[in-house]
Amino acid sequence: MTVLARTIGVTRRYGEVTALDDVSLEIPAGRLVGLLGPNGAGKSTLVNLFVGLRRPTKGVVELLGGAPSDPRVRQRMGVTPQETGLPEALRVGEIVDFVSAHFPERAGTPELLARFGLDDLARRQVGGLSGGQKRRLAVALAFAGNPRIVFLDEPTTGLDVEARRSLWEGIRAFHAEGGTVVLTSHYLEEVEALAERVVVIGKGRVLADDTMQAVRGMVGVRRVSLSAPELPALPGVVDAQRVGDRHELLTSDSDRLVLDLVASGVPFSGLEISPATLEDAFLAITSKEAAGV
Amino acid sequence: MSSLVWTHTRYQFLEQLRVPIAIVASVFFPTISMLAFVVPFTGDDPLMATVGTASMTLFAVMSSSLMGLAIGVADDRGKPWDPYVRTLPAGPFPRFAGRMLTSLAIMLIAVVPVVLVAAFLTAATATPLQLLSGLGALIVGALPFMMLGLLVGYALPSKAAIAVSQVLFFPIAIGGGMFGNPLDPPAFIGAVAPYLPSRGAMELVWAATAGVPPRPLPLVMLAVWTVAGAAAAVWAYRRDEGRRFR
Repeated sequence: MTVLARTIGVTRRYGEVTALDDVSLEIPAGRLVGLLGPNGAGKSTLVNLFVGLRRPTKGVVELLGGAPSDPRVRQRMGVTPQETGLPEALRVGEIVDFVSAHFPERAGTPELLARFGLDDLARRQVGGLSGGQKRRLAVALAFAGNPRIVFLDEPTTGLDVEARRSLWEGIRAFHAEGGTVVLTSHYLEEVEALAERVVVIGKGRVLADDTMQAVRGMVGVRRVSLSAPELPALPGVVDAQRVGDRHELLTSDSDRLVLDLVASGVPFSGLEISPATLEDAFLAITSKEAAGV
Repeated sequence: MSSLVWTHTRYQFLEQLRVPIAIVASVFFPTISMLAFVVPFTGDDPLMATVGTASMTLFAVMSSSLMGLAIGVADDRGKPWDPYVRTLPAGPFPRFAGRMLTSLAIMLIAVVPVVLVAAFLTAATATPLQLLSGLGALIVGALPFMMLGLLVGYALPSKAAIAVSQVLFFPIAIGGGMFGNPLDPPAFIGAVAPYLPSRGAMELVWAATAGVPPRPLPLVMLAVWTVAGAAAAVWAYRRDEGRRFR
């Protein structure tokens, strides 16, 4: 299996702050990998290392068999800017032309715009686009050079549901043709919908790296919800939320939790136990880490 | 590589054109300075009028090179578009070249009304050849100021770049003898001027347009400033890479 990007023992510090701590990661060709983690976990630093914006303090970053700081290596890579910071004065077509001019292989401006539903907007100045249109243009730019690997940092932030789904279709289509995708997102739903492999990052370290199912099952968390006026402290609860008198508890041992609950003698009703979502798994992994387990 | 330089120049220039007031300001600043400081004072002395025109044009070119690039670069670095452009497969050269060529293009536009004012309202004289070599001298003289502008722009955040480029520019201009009688400066300025790039640039422009013979020292120092400025600008660009958003 060809590895398109990898880090070997990479540490990145900003002064006193360690953003990444000895991270080793491989992105094989043709995979759709989701990077998941809370703000400040080190996701963006990791992406910035891969795309050559930063250099590691220690360790090696490899992209398409070379160093990301080498412009020739970046000819087969695409990136989406995290914020919608496109030059407002330029027209949509001009920006795509400008970006495309850097690549030896080009997707072609009209084709690219059509793929992302922007074909009517080629003559519009970027400043006049809606937030969603800007976002779609930003994602389209990642594909301008017919890349082998794209890094999509928060691709659908600020999009409505319909626009998000149509962007997901575009990303899936690229992946179906053999493209490799590295995706970071705050939306767990997004990672869940797209990624086949999930890398959970917290405090600069890789906490979990496995298939979607495995990460979900790895921690074996279950969501226990019930209605009760007041709950005693229960062992084994990794996260607890409360809306009115409805409680949502996350635990790795739901049987034990129910037994403890019954033994505590608290009156409750409407007990439901459901398998963990990725979000639940993610919370469980990061809270375990925080507790030093 | 050369096509990327063209691409970057084109888009830099397009961005400028879409905010025309910026171009209007840089184009008319030299003309207004001419009308205010050269036309009323040079009378019918052709040499003084020609030297005055050349100096005023150079002054405007220097200030827009240094301050324009410093502020433009620092401002762009603060926008999220900048790190994105850095991920595109190109080194620093096309971006540097694109900025400098855009700045030069605007400068050439700005020179046109100045030459017209000089021709119709002063006693200044120049043959077409002198005009052309004067343009060439302006470009060479602007180089060290562009390098300093790139250095300041890549080394400092936007607000600091505005202040530092002004603080840098005026002593260089005054020390080079650009205010007062340029051909007969006070003793102190006469002593420091040859070491400043403004003096070398001025003597080059005078030589080209008015046939005033230049001295070697200011010209050598002009070259030194250009090379040292270029090295420092590349250093600042490299240092900037990987260091933003602490």
